[in-house]
Amino acid sequence: MAEPRIIIVGAGPAGTRAAEACVQAGVRPIVLDEGRRDGGQIYRRQPDNFTRPYAKLYGSEAGRAQALHETFDTLKGAVDYRPETLVWNISGGQVWTASQTYADTLPFDALLLCTGATDRLMPVKGWQFAGSYSLGGSQVALKSQAVSIGHKVVFMGSGPLLYLVASQYVEAGANVVAVLDTAPYSARIKALPDLLAVPSVLWNGVALTIKLKRAGVAVHNGIKPLEIKGDADRGVSGVRFRTRAGVEQEIACDAVAMGHHLRPETQLADLARCAFAFDPGTRQWLPERDGDGRSSVAGVYLAGDGAKILGARSAEASGRLAALAALGDLGLPVDKGEMTSLRGDVGTYAKFARGLAKAFPWPSEQASQLPDDTILCRCEGVTAGDLRGVMRETGAKEANRAKAFSRVGMGRCQGRYCGLAAAELIAAEADIPVEQVGRLRGQAPVKPLTIAIGDDQ
Amino acid sequence: MSAASDVIIVGGGLMGSSAALFLRGHGLSVTLLETDLIGRQASGTNFGNVRRQGRPIHQLPLANRAIAIWRQSRELLGADVEYLQSGHIRVCYRERPELVGSMEDYAAKAREEGLELELLSGNALRDKFPFFGPDVLAGSYSATDGHANPRLAAPAFARAAARLGAAIHENTKIVDAQKVGEDFIVTAADGRTFRAPILLVTAGAWGNALSSQFGEPVPITPKGPNMSVTEPVPYGILPAVGVMTPIEEETVYFRQVARGNIVLGGSTRGPSFPDQYRAYVEPQNTLSQLKQIRRLAPSLGKLNIIRVWSGIEGYMPDSQPVMGPSATTSGLYYAFGFSGSGFQIGPGVGETMAEIIAKGATDIPIEPYRIERFATPT
Amino acid sequence: MNRFVRLGETDRPAVTVHVDGAPVEALEGDTLMVALLSQGGVLRQSEFGPEKRAGFCLMGACQDCWVWTESGDRLRACSTVAATGQRILTSQPEASWPNHA
Repeated sequence: MAEPRIIIVGAGPAGTRAAEACVQAGVRPIVLDEGRRDGGQIYRRQPDNFTRPYAKLYGSEAGRAQALHETFDTLKGAVDYRPETLVWNISGGQVWTASQTYADTLPFDALLLCTGATDRLMPVKGWQFAGSYSLGGSQVALKSQAVSIGHKVVFMGSGPLLYLVASQYVEAGANVVAVLDTAPYSARIKALPDLLAVPSVLWNGVALTIKLKRAGVAVHNGIKPLEIKGDADRGVSGVRFRTRAGVEQEIACDAVAMGHHLRPETQLADLARCAFAFDPGTRQWLPERDGDGRSSVAGVYLAGDGAKILGARSAEASGRLAALAALGDLGLPVDKGEMTSLRGDVGTYAKFARGLAKAFPWPSEQASQLPDDTILCRCEGVTAGDLRGVMRETGAKEANRAKAFSRVGMGRCQGRYCGLAAAELIAAEADIPVEQVGRLRGQAPVKPLTIAIGDDQ
Repeated sequence: MSAASDVIIVGGGLMGSSAALFLRGHGLSVTLLETDLIGRQASGTNFGNVRRQGRPIHQLPLANRAIAIWRQSRELLGADVEYLQSGHIRVCYRERPELVGSMEDYAAKAREEGLELELLSGNALRDKFPFFGPDVLAGSYSATDGHANPRLAAPAFARAAARLGAAIHENTKIVDAQKVGEDFIVTAADGRTFRAPILLVTAGAWGNALSSQFGEPVPITPKGPNMSVTEPVPYGILPAVGVMTPIEEETVYFRQVARGNIVLGGSTRGPSFPDQYRAYVEPQNTLSQLKQIRRLAPSLGKLNIIRVWSGIEGYMPDSQPVMGPSATTSGLYYAFGFSGSGFQIGPGVGETMAEIIAKGATDIPIEPYRIERFATPT
Repeated sequence: MNRFVRLGETDRPAVTVHVDGAPVEALEGDTLMVALLSQGGVLRQSEFGPEKRAGFCLMGACQDCWVWTESGDRLRACSTVAATGQRILTSQPEASWPNHA
């Protein structure tokens, strides 16, 4: 039998460990990654000519980051690694790739989607102004470019990244003026039993808060964002919010890092025609998979945060597990005992992730409270009021229908940053559960594709 | 119990929705039944060409009727369907000089039907529309054609019909239709039944499922349009543009919406699956479309596409619709199988079918669309 | 006024990028986004609102940081490395397309 053709999309924690498992089994996988370097987002590597040590870049996770990068470095000769390559569509057992104008079509026997995550955003009035960045984006700025997103930075939203990135900024010498957490402290207490599933990560989180307060950063819990103040030309000039005690406050700043934890990048699973199901815990539609990562489509496997947000440690385990499942399904010998052990690890991290979801709840109720003049869809400039008006006029209350009529989610980012909030707004306006609103169907190309594609071939 | 009305329409696309509106204008009570939501497949996913030129000459009276409706769509519908009468150009390539003669013949015949076309050489065309590439040999310009937004059109017709009293039932999949005595009894998947003495089938790619129940099967093939859209760029291309060619892969077209995005269509159509209610854009068809777009308008090669889509369309072997009365069953009418060319004529089809049903006759020639043409000789 | 603030890694060779015709000093390894926002405040004009934009996600997902070369090519500023010789425009070259008909 010919060597099985295994394609791994993504070279982050899940993709790297999946590739390692393939190589150990004697298979040379193709690893496709949009990034210029491996590592994904959370363990993103700085450019070659940067010199900061691992401890400075990744803090408590330095060891894991270094181990992952070193693994990938040793794999390079044994995998067909194609960086800066976008998978823009999947059809007929093949992935369709683009690298600048170069087009390629790669058939597979097994496809492992390790597509990672992007920030989950709740719009705030004024978030279209220059100087508003996603929380993950603010971390990328520091980690991979050694810059702060502004001279006076406010971190606003919730989730573990909020404290992590704020403290990384402080440590790197940036001017952090406040951390504004929409989650009340009581939520974290309630989530403690689940968070104790991975005590070390829990304590890391506690230590971060202490460090921020010691550095003199104002930390507010249980706030409600009201507005990012700014100017069309000069951008962000401050944030306005309501404290837990109900007092309105304004803080001057020129940059806001915002986000509410993460959402999986599921477009490729959708294009591969994987079945999706609503996950009440995160209020997101997620591709279905079995305990090992098999999707509903034979030969397509899902791992890491691209399938469900369970964190980088879980991604390493689920990436390896999905690869072992794929190798086994292709008739190669795999260590059943190791798979059992990896399933246990994934389960532990799942419990911790449930805890995080409880500790930093997605403030779904804020969507329905957005003022009419708030930009909901940054790409198309569609306001909350526009969407409400379309719903009144047309009765639309299904995600794709509302998109067709209002253009919410129709822009360049394909609803990555407005889709979840738009669904919550529709659900609230129509007084239906958010799962009934459905999900925006994934449409190729996954990212913008040049019309010049294939021109020089 | 059956819900009763004068007319039942099965299929809530542009044909059914506009027929519902115009039937209300004739004072008939109407029940419109739609499997999913109004205008989501062929009517909502097509290119949006509101073009008369290029249609068969025998279809121009219908197209002229339709253009009158498009021009007053805002007043008629109380909604903006983004109709722009900004022109339409059909071009041919150097490899096929014989098509210039076909364009001239067509223009002469179209003039007799009231459609004025201006023929332009490649250089004259490039002077006026500098985005055309060097392969473009000549073009035929129709100043009074244009384009509209398919996502908005059929739903706007349906809302207007509803305001005039039409009963519109979405999420109503029809599984059976029979004539019992003087009435048609139409049954939905959930068991609801609807009753009327007149039944109009505007079910697109699903039309054959119903016509077969009345002994009139037709050879309809489901396919899907091959659509893409670019990022927004400053509004600068007024007319809709298309290529005249016998080669399917070369038949691309594009239009720029006033917001700036350029909608690309054509080249090879994809498969669609009416039973699964899904249509897919084949990636190779996207690539062939983009290649052909570069040939037609090289300057578009710098742009990015940000989305592709398709939908379920029904194609007849002669590319002409099934439109008119049933040959087997009195009170039964059809308007489906528009073969990827129904958008512009849609409102004209609705008005004409309403006229046939309400008055028993129309001046619009519908002979080429009779369902009998597919009858098996006995 | 610059938007991004350098916090280290400043001991790198300089590169010069031209932005709307004017030279902009950046450092080798900078993304175009960092090159532009270390010297200025914005990257481009929003198509549908009055405001200027300066990117959002920095990971190639939001598509808010596209800029243009003088020859009309598109570059995503957060995922393109700055290099000497690049001539960048912060407004769409198609703005000068003829609008005939």
